[in-house]
Amino acid sequence: MTSPLPAPGAPLHHYVSTAPFDPHTITAMTNEQSKVHLASQWKLMWWKFKRHRVAYYCGIFLALMYASTLFSEFLAPYNLHTRNVEAIHTPPQRIHFFHEGSFVGPFVYGRERSLDMNTMKRVYTDTPNVIYPVRFFCKGDTYKFWGMWDADRHLFCPAEGGTLFLLGTDRLGRDVLSRIIYGARISLTIGLIGITVSFALGIIIGGLAGYHGGWFDLAVQRVIEVLQSIPSIPLWMALAAIMPVSWSPIVIYFGITFILGLLDWTGLARAVRSKLLSLREEEYVLAAQLMGAKDSRIIGRHLIPGFISHLIATATIAIPGMILGETALSFLGLGLRPPITSWGILLTEAKNVSVVALYPWLLFPMVPVILVIIAFNFFGDGLRDAADPYN
Amino acid sequence: MKPVNDLLRIEGLGVGITLQSGQLEAVKSASLRVLPGKVTALVGESGSGKSVIAQTILGILPPVAKVTAGRILFNDPEKPGSSIDLCQLDRDSEAYRALRGQRISMIFQEPMTALSPLHTVGNQIQEALTIHTSLPEAEARRRTEEMLDLVGFPDPKRAYGMYPFELSGGLRQRAVIAMALICRPALVVADEPTTALDVTIQAQILQLLRELQSKLNMAILLITHDLGIVANVADEVVIIYHGEIMEAGTVSDIFRNPQHPYLKGLLRAVPHFDMAPGERLKSLRDVQVDTSKLKQAETRAAGKRGSILLSAKGLTKSFSTRKSGWFAKQESTARKALDDVSLEIRRGECLGLVGESGCGKTTLSKVIMRAVRPDAGAVTYDDGNGPIDVLAAEGDDLQTLRTKIQMVFQDPFSSLSPRMTVQNILSEPLEIHNRGDAKSRIEQVKTLMEVVGLDPRFLSRYPHSFSGGQRQRVGIARALALGPDLLICDEPVSALDVSVQAQILNLLKDLQAQLGLTYLFISHNLAVVDYMADRIAVMCRGRIVEIAPREVLFKSPIHPYTRALLAAVPFPDLDRPLDYTTLQLGTASDTGTWPSFFQEADNKAPLVAAHCGEDHFVLAQASAKVQELRAW
Repeated sequence: MTSPLPAPGAPLHHYVSTAPFDPHTITAMTNEQSKVHLASQWKLMWWKFKRHRVAYYCGIFLALMYASTLFSEFLAPYNLHTRNVEAIHTPPQRIHFFHEGSFVGPFVYGRERSLDMNTMKRVYTDTPNVIYPVRFFCKGDTYKFWGMWDADRHLFCPAEGGTLFLLGTDRLGRDVLSRIIYGARISLTIGLIGITVSFALGIIIGGLAGYHGGWFDLAVQRVIEVLQSIPSIPLWMALAAIMPVSWSPIVIYFGITFILGLLDWTGLARAVRSKLLSLREEEYVLAAQLMGAKDSRIIGRHLIPGFISHLIATATIAIPGMILGETALSFLGLGLRPPITSWGILLTEAKNVSVVALYPWLLFPMVPVILVIIAFNFFGDGLRDAADPYN
Repeated sequence: MKPVNDLLRIEGLGVGITLQSGQLEAVKSASLRVLPGKVTALVGESGSGKSVIAQTILGILPPVAKVTAGRILFNDPEKPGSSIDLCQLDRDSEAYRALRGQRISMIFQEPMTALSPLHTVGNQIQEALTIHTSLPEAEARRRTEEMLDLVGFPDPKRAYGMYPFELSGGLRQRAVIAMALICRPALVVADEPTTALDVTIQAQILQLLRELQSKLNMAILLITHDLGIVANVADEVVIIYHGEIMEAGTVSDIFRNPQHPYLKGLLRAVPHFDMAPGERLKSLRDVQVDTSKLKQAETRAAGKRGSILLSAKGLTKSFSTRKSGWFAKQESTARKALDDVSLEIRRGECLGLVGESGCGKTTLSKVIMRAVRPDAGAVTYDDGNGPIDVLAAEGDDLQTLRTKIQMVFQDPFSSLSPRMTVQNILSEPLEIHNRGDAKSRIEQVKTLMEVVGLDPRFLSRYPHSFSGGQRQRVGIARALALGPDLLICDEPVSALDVSVQAQILNLLKDLQAQLGLTYLFISHNLAVVDYMADRIAVMCRGRIVEIAPREVLFKSPIHPYTRALLAAVPFPDLDRPLDYTTLQLGTASDTGTWPSFFQEADNKAPLVAAHCGEDHFVLAQASAKVQELRAW
């Protein structure tokens, strides 16, 4: 009989499948399956991460951003401190391709400055007859590449004698775009250094709390609660005030990252602790104990590999907090100080409402801050989803 | 007789699931039917697609799964002539929602998670009524209480206001059943309704389902892997394997005249009480054991068989649940997991330890393994080289002990680290104990793989690529790596399918015979213990209530708890139905229902192990006579 189903309501006949039966088919694997089955944890994570499209592209964007910090001098058309007294508070110059209907290639028009006698505001107007074509791979401001080699090549620079302020200039006539590119160096790395500090603290403190439990765990929990209940800005202010004014800006920079790290470990410590508590209950950990494994081996071989992927994801989500913290501190004048340049420092220029009203382009450093933070959040989200490839 | 229409008719159903590793056909043109007021059992192993069919009927398939072919016709007996194709219905539509919970409902496997911890039982049961009917509150409440009474709650009025955590597992499952039945559905889909329950409670729930089914005239689609349950409740049986129907027929067709090799294989793979001594289970996929290369074999064979390898005396352990707070005083309520447990394991034997969940059998194994420290008692290990006090061993002694006693875990999924390759997992014990160098370890690991019948080429694979049975074999290989004398098997097959279970049991048996191992075999399944063990200890509420050689225990059990356990095992045999009369309501471990001489006396005189024949001891009052005990 071909179907196990009788007519509706009829008594059921005894049906036996006649298809060939091999009890081993269920264990046989297709090529696709065996590829998945042979994969290590990291490979599975990578596959899972790649399927999270947004996170994947955010990861690429972040990688490009970090790569750019290696070549800031080359990418920026001007140097960090190049001043153009002739062009103070210039609004952004637009790139044009066509002049009077004919194709010229990328160029900007020249600028003429006049003073509005009523508001005492400098007014810049394009002069349509002066054309400054943008040059590529050109010689421009000289700089020391990575502080070692003298160089003067830039990806693009203004025409000889002309200007190229794509995002305008500040009160000293410095190119905002160039300063944003240079600022990425500090702003992006401050997060990493801070996260390293908080990572170390979080893993050690959270790990001890989770593994040993008891009074230490209790104490750590209470300290975390207290730390998290203190409003962050006054605390930063107090800590930043500790740093001697006589310190060089670069030392202050490290001090600030350290402070950010010191205050940020609490969330990570909690994540580590809870993950450790759940992993400790896994039977394979018990199995290792029953084999006679020492504590150090259990932590190193079984517990850490079990949660390191989660930690990386948690840390990625924590980096934006660091970047925002630096931006906020610097904006308040408590963090970095010029001549060190970060996105927060750039934004201090826009502290004044009248400045924002008159020279809105000074707010441009906000754009990379927003983009990087969104990208980190998506990226971390994707990592977190991928961190446990077995579910 | 008037011909009745099928209540549910599944025709050529196909369901596909999209996985990372490609498209998987979970169900391939499956056809089956459920008659009104009858029980159809859908039997298959894990991964056979039986739960997918249940989910398709209720329209709760996960988003990755899609119906690719066929139809599911539902003929509601309340609306004769109307036939609904459930596959065509939008799963979120009003029409489907009107069916779900009212005309078709589901009983879930896990009563712990099927009930919300935040609402009272009555509230949750009544919810379906409030959704589907417009009964006034008082009437709805009356019906809910009626339902609670029907599913066997002793005091329905009180039960209405109770929270799930106040109920035992069996009562919780009764509440889940009440929830499914409150609207008097025409069809109940029961997905492994008793798998999570102890065997005595399982028997009660089966009895309840059978009663209610005839009382309310509803049909049940029973999804299970246990042929014993099927033989006891089903009218029609459908056997599914790998998404395809292998055999279908009435219950007598299936059990009296099994035809398909898969069904025959399944029936042969289930251990039962009538097996002749030495009879082997036939697994669908047998494993060859080859221990010839394992060097440890000869050394151990030298030890004397029958001498006492491990003895435990007066083990007591209580766990306290502490209510701690910053300012509140700490109160603790202690629960005795082990209560004066003494037992001996003899070299070369397999001692079975049986009991229901929470009886303390796992705690006992952990005490022996030095993973839990008892409050009182002693454990001595003696392999002929002088006794070792297990609980006091430290340093080198403890490390030596670790190589002598090893454990096989219940859950093959959580007992292997997902981050390590099989190679690393198997060589870890060797590394910990500094056995050999890197090269010899690789050789040893390969030998271990062959011993448990796994291809040594699998060594570079990760545990997630193995099936449950293969993983359990890796777990056994790991336990054997150090050449132990005593293997503690803690429910080694309870997470596995029947066919795989037979394979693992045979493997363990062969290993014991060839390597001269001693087993402490822990299980809740009496049939499995019967197959494996030489002697069996029955544990209840932290005590060993009866211990006897295997044949004696099954032929003449004395303790009421042992008798209840034996009576509750469902057999895949139509001629041995469950004897519901011996299974009263309430749990068998409730000491109050036992005859008085098995209970603690009023003067708190301790119970003693009464000697009732060779090697046969029963926990009873000291004054009780053996004849009395036998005769109750």
